[in-house]
Amino acid sequence: MDFALTDEQRLLQHSVERLFADHYAFEARKRYGQEPGGFSRALWARYAELGLLGLPFDEADGGSAGGPVETMIVMEQIGRALALEPYLATVVLGGGLLRLGGSEAMRAELVPQIASGDLILAFAHAERQSRYDLADVAARARRDGAGFVIDGAKSLVLHGDSARKFIVSARLAGGQSDRAGVGLFLVDAAADGVSTRGYPTVDGQRAAEVTFSGVRVPAAAAIGEPGAAFPLIERIVDQAIAALAAEAVGAMAAMHETTVDYMKTRKQFGVTIGSFQVLQHRAADMLIALEQARSMAMLATMMAADEDVRERRQAISAAKVQIGRSGRFIGQQAIQIHGGIGMTMETKVAHSFKRVTTIDTLFGDADHHLGIVAEGGGLIAA
Amino acid sequence: MDLRFTPEEIAFRDEVRAFMKEKLPPAIRTKMIDGSRLGKEDLVTWQRILNAKGWAVPHWPKQWGGTGWGPVEIYLFRDELQQAPAPEPLPFGANMVGPVIIAFGNETQKKRYLPRIANLDDWWAQGFSEPGAGSDLASLRTTARRDGNHYIVNGQKTWTTLAQYADWIFCLVRTEPAAKKQEGISFLLIDMKTPGITVRPIQTIDGGYEVNEVFFDDVKVPAENLVGEENKGWNYAKFLLGNERSGIARVGISKSRIRRLKELAALERSAGKSLLTDPRFRAKIAAVEIELKALEMTQLRVVAAERNRSGSNKPDPASSILKIKGSEIQQTITELLLEVVGPYALPDQVPHDDSERWNEPPIGPDWAGPLAPQYFNYRKTSIYGGSNEIQKNIIAKAILGL
Repeated sequence: MDFALTDEQRLLQHSVERLFADHYAFEARKRYGQEPGGFSRALWARYAELGLLGLPFDEADGGSAGGPVETMIVMEQIGRALALEPYLATVVLGGGLLRLGGSEAMRAELVPQIASGDLILAFAHAERQSRYDLADVAARARRDGAGFVIDGAKSLVLHGDSARKFIVSARLAGGQSDRAGVGLFLVDAAADGVSTRGYPTVDGQRAAEVTFSGVRVPAAAAIGEPGAAFPLIERIVDQAIAALAAEAVGAMAAMHETTVDYMKTRKQFGVTIGSFQVLQHRAADMLIALEQARSMAMLATMMAADEDVRERRQAISAAKVQIGRSGRFIGQQAIQIHGGIGMTMETKVAHSFKRVTTIDTLFGDADHHLGIVAEGGGLIAA
Repeated sequence: MDLRFTPEEIAFRDEVRAFMKEKLPPAIRTKMIDGSRLGKEDLVTWQRILNAKGWAVPHWPKQWGGTGWGPVEIYLFRDELQQAPAPEPLPFGANMVGPVIIAFGNETQKKRYLPRIANLDDWWAQGFSEPGAGSDLASLRTTARRDGNHYIVNGQKTWTTLAQYADWIFCLVRTEPAAKKQEGISFLLIDMKTPGITVRPIQTIDGGYEVNEVFFDDVKVPAENLVGEENKGWNYAKFLLGNERSGIARVGISKSRIRRLKELAALERSAGKSLLTDPRFRAKIAAVEIELKALEMTQLRVVAAERNRSGSNKPDPASSILKIKGSEIQQTITELLLEVVGPYALPDQVPHDDSERWNEPPIGPDWAGPLAPQYFNYRKTSIYGGSNEIQKNIIAKAILGL
């Protein structure tokens, strides 16, 4: 039982901290958001130089064999800095699916491209009707000779307008919400029949609606077993939730620190507002919410790759509930304590608040995951 | 980062678990599960079983009966004890005055008091709070005037838990009336049989008699019963209160109570179905389980940090977080246990003290009786040990620098 980082992990943490300290001042972030795709390609290249983009992949594939803790370290700093680059979409989601489900040939070709920053991936999974049900896949894939033909409309594809390749879920068999019958396919964004409509999300990041009409892919494009890819989707979404939990903790910690600093400098009635007990207690409540969230993000990290699926899912869902609730509380209070200035686009807390709001909604909000924990019989055996 | 305990730690946990299973008297265990009040005999019996094993005061130095366990073993022991569920050793001796005597007392005091605390030969009470000194403890007014080889004590203590059973009481008393608030306070050990002491029980909100007023009227206390130096008592009290907070998350107890909650929710029926299958009730249970899991992880982080610091006994300001969250969770669980029996929370059918006996058959389900009293009683958890508002003051000051 240990919560400390190894020396190597501390070095990683330090170098990511440094990267963002040097390059992610509030004004710089504004500029990155204006660039095509809504993030900085130049900084993405710096991520690659630091080895962040190849972090979770096997050494044999051209990565550095980092685990969930390394991902947590990067994501927490991304959350602190409110970084806009598509790390979750490319490395955690897309890269994760390749890592666990991609063929050797696919990994040999693509992992080096991810690690070098040349390949941006997006996971095209959610659909208009699916809400938070991961098994609700209406897009279809039918066998056609040696390959597949994919038809369907995917929604809220994170960084879908920057991706050069999609990993698309599509159903080969079964009813619309069956866990069986789902396949995953690697599809080139430039392939015939793919159309993409990108848009900004409320947190200043990007997503896309992507439609696939009669898109042909070869048999070798399948990731995992066609028709039996659902457990893989669940595994990767669990890892993405653990990563998002770490990002949320970074954002919450930054909001809390900024708010406490503001309380020490902002004066009203001739005194700093931090001298008011009502606000001191609010800041204490925020810290408690933060520490509880941090604890659960650590739990999610340590359980993200657990072999026991039930234990893993319960822990991940529990973490998502805590992250959602703590994020909402800390975000709302950060805005409240900042007062009018917190209501503007000119303060970072406003943007952090929007990011934690987004994170709660991604892959199931607190209520959704509370339902999963409850239906699963809770965390303590009766 | 790794959640797993070492094989040695797991073996240790299993040993503790097996001991609890074998040695905890079934009658005491049943009372713990039911949420019934424990009598003095229950606590003395259990404490002596622990002491015979050498586990009564594990956190003390070995010389005085401690086990030499590290923070992880202490944590595992406490967690297993709470989940058994077994009573925790009476805190006033083992966790409060014992460590103060060890840290600040003289050799004679250590030899005289410590073995009797470990075996619960002496039942100790805590004489801190006064009618005018609650959270603002330093405004206490009980005086001790030096008179030759004695102190003459006059004043009143209140909220004195289980003082009706006490052989001894440790008191904060004012020895230097002219000094500033925190100065001029001393830490005095007083034999409850001394003439001039009167104990008046206070009936609490749950109907029980857990706390008392203790009056001191020209009580003659030998000067040798002073702990440490005269007028330095406030330092000893701060040390004691820091210790008090560190064990206060009570995660093991909450786990055990959640098991009970689920067991009863499975038995109780609402609209023809088990309450445990009711989505709204189930979601409420899940919500508190998640809070508890987060608290358990937070506690483990504190334990691991303590282990890695090794040696420093300074209370971690994070213990205020454990106190606040731990008390809130315990209270939430008692709310749900109250709700689980619905209208059968209403009959007042639990004896209010040791002398009363309820010989009638139960009204409603067997398990309903103690649940409402326990709900009312547990409001104390956010008040005692430094109220949760005081804990937030500590967080604001010590952690946030506000």
